[in-house]
Amino acid sequence: MRHALTELVSGLRRNASMNLAVLVTMWVSLSLFGMGVLVAQQVDLIKGRWYDRIELNVFLCTAATQGENCTPGQGASEEEREAVRTALEAHPQVAELYYQSQEEVFAEFQETYADSPVLASMKPEHMQDLFRIKLVNPEDYQNVVAAMSQMSGVQNVQDLREFLDPLFDWLNWGRWLALGASALLLGAATLQIGNTIRMAVFTRRREIGIMRLVGASKTYIMLPFLLESLLVALSGAALACATLAAIQQFAIIEKAKPALQGFAWIGWEHVAIAMIWVVGVAIFLSMIPTLVATRRFVKV
Amino acid sequence: MITFTDVTKTYPGQKHPALSGVNASISDGEFVFLVGPSGSGKSTFLRLVLREARATSGRVEVDGRDVGRMGGWRIPKLRRRIGTVFQDFRLLPGKTVHENVAFALQVIGRPGREIRTAVPRTLELVGLADKADRMPEELSGGEQQRAALARAVVNRPKVLLADEPTGNLDPTTSVGIMKLLDQINRDGTTVLMATHDSTVVDQMRRRVIELNDGQLIRDQAQGVYGYQ
Repeated sequence: MRHALTELVSGLRRNASMNLAVLVTMWVSLSLFGMGVLVAQQVDLIKGRWYDRIELNVFLCTAATQGENCTPGQGASEEEREAVRTALEAHPQVAELYYQSQEEVFAEFQETYADSPVLASMKPEHMQDLFRIKLVNPEDYQNVVAAMSQMSGVQNVQDLREFLDPLFDWLNWGRWLALGASALLLGAATLQIGNTIRMAVFTRRREIGIMRLVGASKTYIMLPFLLESLLVALSGAALACATLAAIQQFAIIEKAKPALQGFAWIGWEHVAIAMIWVVGVAIFLSMIPTLVATRRFVKV
Repeated sequence: MITFTDVTKTYPGQKHPALSGVNASISDGEFVFLVGPSGSGKSTFLRLVLREARATSGRVEVDGRDVGRMGGWRIPKLRRRIGTVFQDFRLLPGKTVHENVAFALQVIGRPGREIRTAVPRTLELVGLADKADRMPEELSGGEQQRAALARAVVNRPKVLLADEPTGNLDPTTSVGIMKLLDQINRDGTTVLMATHDSTVVDQMRRRVIELNDGQLIRDQAQGVYGYQ
């Protein structure tokens, strides 16, 4: 192990400029990659657990809501709710039906907006209970919307996708841009690592030749090179993690959250997941080119 | 110690075999010269023993083990039992004589305690005890070869392979190196030396294996370089 560490230090010094180039490329590309992961999580957070399963929300009247089919000051009655349920169950376009009570809606709201200041002022009675509907064919929503809009006790029928899709289009576009750019840069970083290690192996080919001759094991010969690229990649990953943390603190917590309070924002636990991905990708992308570059030279 | 059974080696892309149907057996503690013109297959013979190359057909055994069938992970262990020296010494330029010799033990994970006793003892054996702290480029050719020999035997190998060890040395210096090889052989190490140096072979009068065009054409006890 002492040999590996001594060689690691001399290797880092010898290839200082190349390693610096790898470090910067890794930093930028892993930061972009991490941002892509954050955006993906942000999208999932907004979608919530219903988006992929549900096309329509049928909101029922509460005491506070207004609407053509609502009685002012009163929520939908038990009879009205059951009539809506029966009508939906009988409708040929309805594939699946879920009912959520005010308490259930509130519980979900609490979960999504856990650290939002909005939460403090909310109670279950502020929530609207609703039927969530999956359609047989999502394109044929008009029919159901028309039928439900007439029913007494129904406050509003909302096409979830019409409402959220433009936002997701933007977020998805941003995510793929970040991931695409990071893929290109990570590819470049991988090639750089391969080249750096190949050069390092080449300058030390005499030593490696002697090591093989006197019976040093493959692991022993390769370890300094693996450690060198691992250390550089992990340094890049550490800087990228710091960048993600800075984005979370300065862009999201300090700027975006106060500006858009009614919105579910990713928290530190999501940043932690992105960081784990960043470190994992860094380890993977540094080991593969190093193993490939050294394999030919240390083959016994 | 070393047994070749019907060994043929053809390098990829070559039609003509470098070694062809070679049979030879070298016993424990023997001193054997491997002679023949350039391209006759001497180096290939040594490479097969060291498992730097694999026989295309036939069987190469070292210390009772078929090295051709040996798994990759066992090759380092094989090489720890074989010392090797070359015509061009192959010392590491950035290290002192002591460090060069110690390197061979360090890289196979020997403890520092052992290295501290084995290196000076071996340098004493090759007559370089007073030059342990010199850099290779400060040494004469003969001294560099002694340092290379020290590195080859510091781990007390059972076999010493020498590929033209006197090829870069003047006759007087060569005699010194040959005395050293003889000494190492007397201490129990099997020595297999490929050489062009007829003077050395003729003086030593040891077993001679002659290769020509990849074929073993002579195996003679107490032989000389060419037929007399």
